[in-house]
Amino acid sequence: MSMRLYLWQRATAALMVPLVLVHIAVIFYATRNGMTAADILSRTRGSIVWASYYGLFVVAASIHASIGVRNVLAEWSPLTDRRAERLALAFGLLLAALGARAVYAVVLS
Amino acid sequence: MHRGSALWIAALVHRLSGLALAIFLPLHFLALGLAIDGEAKFESFLRWTDQPLVKFAEGGLVFLLTVHLLGGLRVLVIENFDWRDGQKQVATIAAAISAIIAFIFLARVF
Repeated sequence: MSMRLYLWQRATAALMVPLVLVHIAVIFYATRNGMTAADILSRTRGSIVWASYYGLFVVAASIHASIGVRNVLAEWSPLTDRRAERLALAFGLLLAALGARAVYAVVLS
Repeated sequence: MHRGSALWIAALVHRLSGLALAIFLPLHFLALGLAIDGEAKFESFLRWTDQPLVKFAEGGLVFLLTVHLLGGLRVLVIENFDWRDGQKQVATIAAAISAIIAFIFLARVF
């Protein structure tokens, strides 16, 4: 792994420490008496705070997961480093796109 | 680090939990995306998740997320601070805390 990817991996990890802690708290809160769509959407719809929080989370997770997948492919698969990098980049872009769509779905739709 | 040692297992758990979370994330985002087609569609998906097997799987995901968070925190602390003692114990405690949190989650949803 290059120094640049290593630093991005660690920076996004550090950024996600508080984000994941909040996410776990939200998981427990959301499931306190059964999850309903109305309950979830009433929290998220039109909320700039949740849109920013999840938007940042999606960006950080997409970068972090894509670097992680690149490392696993490079070390555990027969793919060349170059192919592993391309596949991981495509995966990261897919995650970012699906994540942005999910944030749009619960905040703006 | 010897193959099979506690810290080798910790590194393997960190990698496998990360990989599993990466595989889960697109599905998680697609599920949330159902809300684009309206609240009813999202709600019917959530009612599908009421099945015991799905709840167990969710408990597994809570474990994976927590164990990846704590395992990652351990790596960040080792790399950035002058602290090396008791890593085996820390890794074991991280796994135990993750199991407890996943268990509390399951106890709440069942």
